[in-house]
Order: sequence, then structure tokens, then C-alpha cells
Amino acid sequence: MISVLIPSQLTAYTDGVTRVAAAGATVAAVLDDLDRRFPGLKFRVIDEQDRVRKHMRMFIGRQETRSVAAPMRDGDELLIFGALSGG
Amino acid sequence: MTHAIQLLVGTRKGAWIYRSDENRETWRAQGPIFLGSIISHLVLDARDGKTLLMAASTGHLGPTIFRSGDGGETWKEAAKPPAFSAGDPHGRAVDHSFWLEPGHASEPNVWWVGTSPPGLFRSGDGGDTWEGVEGLNDHPMNLKWFPPEGGTPDGAILNQVVIDPRDAAHMYLATCSAGVLETLDQGKTWRTLNQNVETAFLPETYPEYGQDAHFIALAPTNPDRLWQQNHCGIYRLDRPGERWERIGNAMPREVGDIGFTITPHPRCDATAWVFPMDGTDVWPRTSPGGRPAVYRTRDAGESWERQDAGFPTEQGWFTVKRQAFCADRADPLGLYLGTTGGELWMSGDEGGSWRQIATHLPEIYSVVAAPA
Repeated sequence: MISVLIPSQLTAYTDGVTRVAAAGATVAAVLDDLDRRFPGLKFRVIDEQDRVRKHMRMFIGRQETRSVAAPMRDGDELLIFGALSGG
Repeated sequence: MTHAIQLLVGTRKGAWIYRSDENRETWRAQGPIFLGSIISHLVLDARDGKTLLMAASTGHLGPTIFRSGDGGETWKEAAKPPAFSAGDPHGRAVDHSFWLEPGHASEPNVWWVGTSPPGLFRSGDGGDTWEGVEGLNDHPMNLKWFPPEGGTPDGAILNQVVIDPRDAAHMYLATCSAGVLETLDQGKTWRTLNQNVETAFLPETYPEYGQDAHFIALAPTNPDRLWQQNHCGIYRLDRPGERWERIGNAMPREVGDIGFTITPHPRCDATAWVFPMDGTDVWPRTSPGGRPAVYRTRDAGESWERQDAGFPTEQGWFTVKRQAFCADRADPLGLYLGTTGGELWMSGDEGGSWRQIATHLPEIYSVVAAPA
């Protein structure tokens, strides 16, 4: 399983939970799994062209990725953050 | 007679609903709703009198649509928000939905939305799922009508969908880079409708397209009459005519005819209001001279009269955006406007005098008046 950190911007989808477990061999598959349980979550993070939205950031462990095709292995951690931006 | 009114207010930091008493004297606020979300538009479905749709995004998250069937107490997210096709040849992704329009009275579950970047989407199930309108989104002229570098500071927008109340297939769009577009077949084919509308910012002064149509409105009692507040002036078009007339030429020279929006009278097709802004030198887009006022025509644009009672007489630097000036349908008519400084103003006497309903709100993007 993958441990996923949910940022405050998305906890409305997870009923306030900030850490959830998900399954999938890629970032996209993990997000698809999350979206099945928390409908609408993925589209708020990934646009219709499979791009990570401009002001969102994702890390596999400590390594940032902007690709939803990035592989995920059992035991990995996927960290989703709202970027420092806005005002 | 007057009636209780609700004002649906979309701001850069959430939505509010203000509801009045029967005389529109006192107002009660509901909100904030989705505090921190960017609410471009919040609209009531006049066909059932209760369904609300809201176009929302945030600084971080992608765009979506929320629906409420209980006056904004609870909300449900659209199962499939507006989105371009995966693999879109232009790489487009919806940044935000800008304009929500309930469909024709004969199509009770249909809604339309205009987006940034410019796209048109339709829902046939009350706003739960949305599909792109291929006739526009894949139009061969798409990149010419909507060049990626064109548009507002918040991006290029398809800023309005307007439906002929006599014919569900007859629609107009207002856009920031193709001016006004018209379809007679509910979006399968489109044509430009911009004759005699100026583009002071392009090499050609009166091109076929390229205009920035800030706001258009059909006269409710005469849908053949179109009003337009353009980036370059105030215009009127009487169909089946094709040539817009610049009625803003009758505005006082020191005020000019630049603005974001125009509001027609619901019972008189010769009457409309504008809220002028300063379009000189670097385009402050604030009230000319720091003296806010609406201007009213009662003769279809032949002449204009200033209405400013109640507004600041000096140092009032209002900006009122495209969706933030509207009328109710009561008698006497109520007019409402929201400023980028978070002030909500109303007139209960057709513009004769103005007073504040609310202050200290976030930047107001949209105000919609509906029966409470």
C-alpha cells in the first residue's frame, strides 16, 4: 500500500483525514484509487491533460514529481501539498 | 410592488447570499460559503426557483461546479465538472468556469458554462456532468478567435452565454478576443457579429473579430435588441441588423463610454444603465475622477443621465466587474452593484439614489439578483 499525505486544501474530500492508504503502481493509479473513495479529489489536483496543477506539488518520499506516470512501489509515501503561492 | 430579493454574491474569497425583507430595506447575510474559494459566478435557476449552481476554484485546486437545492445550506459537487477532452490538440485545460447560464425554459435540466481558457460546455442533467460543445471548442477558427496570448489578467475568457428566450437554438456568446459570436443551431455552427465595433488595440480598427465584448444583454421585452458594453465603448444592435451602433458617443466626453457591464431595464427596451470606468492613459479602470456614478439612458442610447446620489462625491475609486451589476424585476426596479473593494450597493428607485448593503467583503466578482 501507499501512504498518502492529504493537504488541508483537500481534507473536505477525506472528512478531515490527513493520512490515507491507497493502492497503485503509478501516481495516476494511486490518485485514481483515491478518487474512487473520495470522488472529485483527483481533478482538483490533476488537470484533464494529466498535468499536476500549477500550484500543487507532489513528492514520492523526498523526491518531487510532476509526472503522474511516475512509478510507485508498495511502501512508498506520496505527499501532496498546496504550493506556497497566492494571497 | 416590491418583493423580497436575494443577492447571490461571488467573491475572490467565497460566496455570500444577502436576503432582504419585502421592502428591500434590511438585508441578512448568509455566509461565507466556501470561504477562501474563488467564486466566479453563483446563479439561481429561475426555471425551478430553488437550484443554485456555483462556479468555484481555489488558488491551489482545479475548477469545479457545486450545486445546492436548499438555498445554499448544503452543496454537492458535480460528478464531472467542465473539462476539455483528454489529449486536446491545443493542450487546453479549464482554469476556471466564468459564466453559468441556465438553459432555455423549454429545456429544464440544461445548463451552459463559459470557461477560461475560452470554452463552451453543456450539462443535460442539471449541472452534474458536463460535455464540451465541439462546434465551438473544436472550431477551425478556434486559435484565431481565442489566441493563447489573448485575454484578461486572469486569462482569456468566454465570458457570457446568452439565450434567445424565443428559441433555444439561438444563442450569443460574449468573448474577450472574438467579440460576439452567434449560433442558430445551438452551438453546431458559429458566426461573428461584430460589425462597426471598434478595436483600438489592434492594427485594424473594425475587424471581423478580435473585439473584447465585456458584457452583452438582450432587452427582456424585446430580445431583438442587444446592448453591449465593450472594451471600446457602449453599443446597441437591433436585429435582424448586423451593424452595432456606438451609443456611447452620447456619453459626456469627460466620462467616456468605457466600462465592464451594462444592465437593461426588465420592462422597457429603451432603458439601460452602465457603470463607467476610466479608460484613459494606463487604464485605471476606476470611477472617472474618483466620483462613482451610473449613467442611464431612457431613449435607447440617444442620451445619458448621471445618477450618483448616495455615492462618494470624491475619492471614490470603484471598479465594478463584468458580472457585478444587475437589476431585480420588482417595481420600482432595484439595481445592485458590487465593487472590487468589497462593497455592495443598491438603488431601490431605478438609480435615483444609492446606499450600501455591505462593506468589507472580499473582491466582488459577481452579483445576481433573484426573488428570495
